[in-house]
Amino acid sequence: MSAPALTAARAGLIRCGDCELLSRAPQSGGNLSCPRCGATLHQRKPNSIQRTWALLIAAYILYIPANLLPMMVTTSPQGTANDTIMSGVVYLLSSGSWPLALLVFLASITIPLAKLVSLTFLAWSVQRRSTWQPEHRARIYRMVEIVGRWSMLDVYIVTIMAGLVQMQPLAAIDAGPAAIAFGAVVVLSLLAANSFDPRLIWDPLGDHDD
Amino acid sequence: MIVGMAPRALLACPDCDLLQREPEPADRTVVTCARCGSVLYRDTPDTVDRTLAFALGASVLFIVANAFPIVGMTIEGRSNTVSLPGALVALWHQDMQLVAGLVGLTTLLAPGLVLAALLYLVLPLHFGRQPPGVPLILRTLDSIQPWGLVEVFMLGLLVSLVKLEMYAKVVPGVALWAFGALLLVFTAMAAAFDPRSLWARIGTARSGAGR
Ligand SMILES: [Zn+2]
Ligand SMILES: [Zn+2]
Repeated sequence: MSAPALTAARAGLIRCGDCELLSRAPQSGGNLSCPRCGATLHQRKPNSIQRTWALLIAAYILYIPANLLPMMVTTSPQGTANDTIMSGVVYLLSSGSWPLALLVFLASITIPLAKLVSLTFLAWSVQRRSTWQPEHRARIYRMVEIVGRWSMLDVYIVTIMAGLVQMQPLAAIDAGPAAIAFGAVVVLSLLAANSFDPRLIWDPLGDHDD
Repeated sequence: MIVGMAPRALLACPDCDLLQREPEPADRTVVTCARCGSVLYRDTPDTVDRTLAFALGASVLFIVANAFPIVGMTIEGRSNTVSLPGALVALWHQDMQLVAGLVGLTTLLAPGLVLAALLYLVLPLHFGRQPPGVPLILRTLDSIQPWGLVEVFMLGLLVSLVKLEMYAKVVPGVALWAFGALLLVFTAMAAAFDPRSLWARIGTARSGAGR
């Protein structure tokens, strides 16, 4: 177990991303399709880092309007109230349900930002071919994949409330423009996590072992 | 050391590319990568029959969850109910087509397609037949599955119920219970389904005489 790790790439093999079959990598470096399922084989996801960066930057930009614009617009005879994600959390807190406030705060503010920062760190560390704590970074990537989906929470809350509370002129709740920006952040960061190839974390290791 | 082994006995980790030997069958139920700890595969016996049972149950729940109201409320004598398709239509009319599309994709389209694809695969397999186009269906499943967010939607339902309670009296509808049950059956179905064994069948089918 102390010998340098033998990866599929070093053994001249390619793992099919769809059906997991191992095939011999072509000598010429051209494209090969999987003999079992026909999918195009890649040693690593193509342009992984560039695509991850592009999606991350777009997500960071949209994270700003997602938090500044109103997420929910409440109309009643008393007037119109705009709620951003943060003021929605504050409202929950002031009405006494702090566990709920904490849940929405985690899902809508902490998780999306933590996901973007984690992916930024991973992309940066891979780009400079870091060999620091690969197990730790692999764990960060797995966390991003598992936890990231929960950031859709607030979009669903707004969907139900805007669908139900349509009793004009007594009370009406509409989704605000932040819902679009926020949904886009969720989709972009999901795609960014998808285009990141976690095998790149481990690739620089062999260079030093040998 | 590893050179000369049959390629079938080798596995490459999807997350770190480490080559490793497939352990003996029934050695462990969950096989994890020796280097990075990611799950390589889970031992899933009777995958076809169990997936079929859960998929049939999930289909019934899926229809109920979408056909009936999730929640109703009354404000000063005026009442209203909402179902998931109804909420999507309401979003659409509030000029939130993108949000309606995203919510529809993650709560309706993706779970619905996953159900349809699984039934298409395991129903004929249960009767000993291989349906045409298995690679295409498995590939579609693989790309659509991450977009199904039923469990997040369920939590969103619960939070919105509590929030709505602050405005007025709310009455949970049939679809709320159906969504809760759907979440459980969906989780069991995902755990029962093993694409590896279906890919392996294709391998044997191709190397065999027939198709
Ligand atoms: Zn393949
Ligand atoms: Zn691994």
